[in-house]
Amino acid sequence: MIEGISIYEILTLSSILFFVGLYGFLTRKNLITMLMSIELILNSSVLNFVVINKYLYPNMLEGVFFAIFIIAVAAAETALAISIIINLYRLHTSVDISETETMKY
Amino acid sequence: MNWTSFFMMRNEILLLALILIMLVLEISSKPEQKKGLINIALALFFAHTLIGFFPNQVGELFGGSFRTNGLIDFFKNVLNVGVLIILFQSVDWLKEKTLAYNKVAEFFVLLFSSLLGMYFMISSGDFLIFYIGLELSTLPLVALVAYNSHNHKATEASIKLILSAALASGITLFGISMLYATGGSIFFDALASNLQNSPLAILGLIFFISGVGFKISLAPFHFWTADVYEGAPISITSYLSVVSKGAAIFILMIILFTILPVLSESWKIVAYVLALTTMFTGNLFALRQQNMKRFLAYSSIAQAGFMMLGIINTEALGVSTIVYFVLIYVFSNLGAFGVVQAISLQTGKENMDDYTGLYRTNPKLALVFLLALFSLAGIPPVAGFFGKFFLYTAAASKGYYLLVFLAVVNVTIALYYYLLPVRMMFLRKSDEAIPYFKSKPFMRIGLIITVAGIFVLGLYSPLYDYIVALSQNIF
Repeated sequence: MIEGISIYEILTLSSILFFVGLYGFLTRKNLITMLMSIELILNSSVLNFVVINKYLYPNMLEGVFFAIFIIAVAAAETALAISIIINLYRLHTSVDISETETMKY
Repeated sequence: MNWTSFFMMRNEILLLALILIMLVLEISSKPEQKKGLINIALALFFAHTLIGFFPNQVGELFGGSFRTNGLIDFFKNVLNVGVLIILFQSVDWLKEKTLAYNKVAEFFVLLFSSLLGMYFMISSGDFLIFYIGLELSTLPLVALVAYNSHNHKATEASIKLILSAALASGITLFGISMLYATGGSIFFDALASNLQNSPLAILGLIFFISGVGFKISLAPFHFWTADVYEGAPISITSYLSVVSKGAAIFILMIILFTILPVLSESWKIVAYVLALTTMFTGNLFALRQQNMKRFLAYSSIAQAGFMMLGIINTEALGVSTIVYFVLIYVFSNLGAFGVVQAISLQTGKENMDDYTGLYRTNPKLALVFLLALFSLAGIPPVAGFFGKFFLYTAAASKGYYLLVFLAVVNVTIALYYYLLPVRMMFLRKSDEAIPYFKSKPFMRIGLIITVAGIFVLGLYSPLYDYIVALSQNIF
């Protein structure tokens, strides 16, 4: 609980984070930047879980546990995605999304 | 609680042991012994599947985080049988194409890890285990799609899959956080009793369905499906289209029916719209496909739309029809993919034109493919018809006659494109037809199981009664 800051402000922040991430994912052309946008989305839900736990249900720690697991899994996800991007870079020396357009429709 | 209650996790523990055995064997075997690993893995998984059929305890573990009941156990067996057929069909591919790269054990470790994730996902008792199971089932699958890492298409497919899956899991999590905010817990039991019908809960529901819809490839979220199916090795394509999709639809159904019934007015509308969009997109896009893998990808999208007809029922009838449909879908889709794999392995050809005149040169393969396509289309003597028919009854019993009518319209569209390869195989002659070849024994076993399933499941009614009895117990 932070003095002077209500849950609405933090939830607004996390919603903004989510949609910034979504916008970035849909508009960016670089695979690494798309991955960063996904991290924003995941972090917005981490923030959501922690804040909801702290402000609404402070006697249980379910949200905090969930947040820790999300961070761990997101790290694994990012590692896998980066390794695939490196593989793509070896084949094409580029990490641009236009390299992944051979299969369509 | 004593230690015997851990036998509830029998499937998980055995599969984990299997993964560890494969890892140890991988380390301790010489490169020329790797061929034996394939047979060992197949034998061990066959034993695992058999053990799964013995009756199991029912109940909860770890304070309700892990739960199992008759239906979940039955569904795990369905997944096991699906994976077993896929293994039978992919043995020859593994022996001929992958031994040179020394990656055989990885295939099994990753495939079994993904299956382990699905076990945890379908028997989860809270959203945390559900999320971990979802990720555990997705991440190894991405690595498997990129199995031919030097191949450009495989890399492209895997990058598309990992980005879509990560975005989907982010959206799912955002939805779960909203459900947590309204229900005050991440445990399914507590949520089921606490959840109120509020706007925030409905928003969370929408996010949640969108995220899981990625996994089932429902229509507005299906864009990765065809590309990934085309780029992945065929064994992985069949795994994605059958096992992964089946597990995701099962847990979506369980969560909607047992945890979120208070929101049923909202998710019935969602299911209605998603069923229509998914069926129409899948069927209309399938009309213009030439590559067999893309063709089956769009057909599997359309089948997911049919599964949504059972979701809309909201009662035990919906549960039993969906489980029955998935069971039949496993056999019919694996039959189709098996034939595609056999031909692709022998000749490297994957286009529909290459199948011209197949009946004259390879009559048995053509017949298996015909039966599988008839079952997918839902033509009466084979099992697919009964699966679709029960789904119609599930939707019609709640008065959704317009939806059922539109589904029947879709079956007519589907019949047209399912008959395209049949016409190519049976009615056309070609000088360049694929020459006669003898399928390998393991591939033959895999195809025989699917054909037997396609016939037996439709006509053996005690099985459906058994599923009905199991699905009464989950509420």
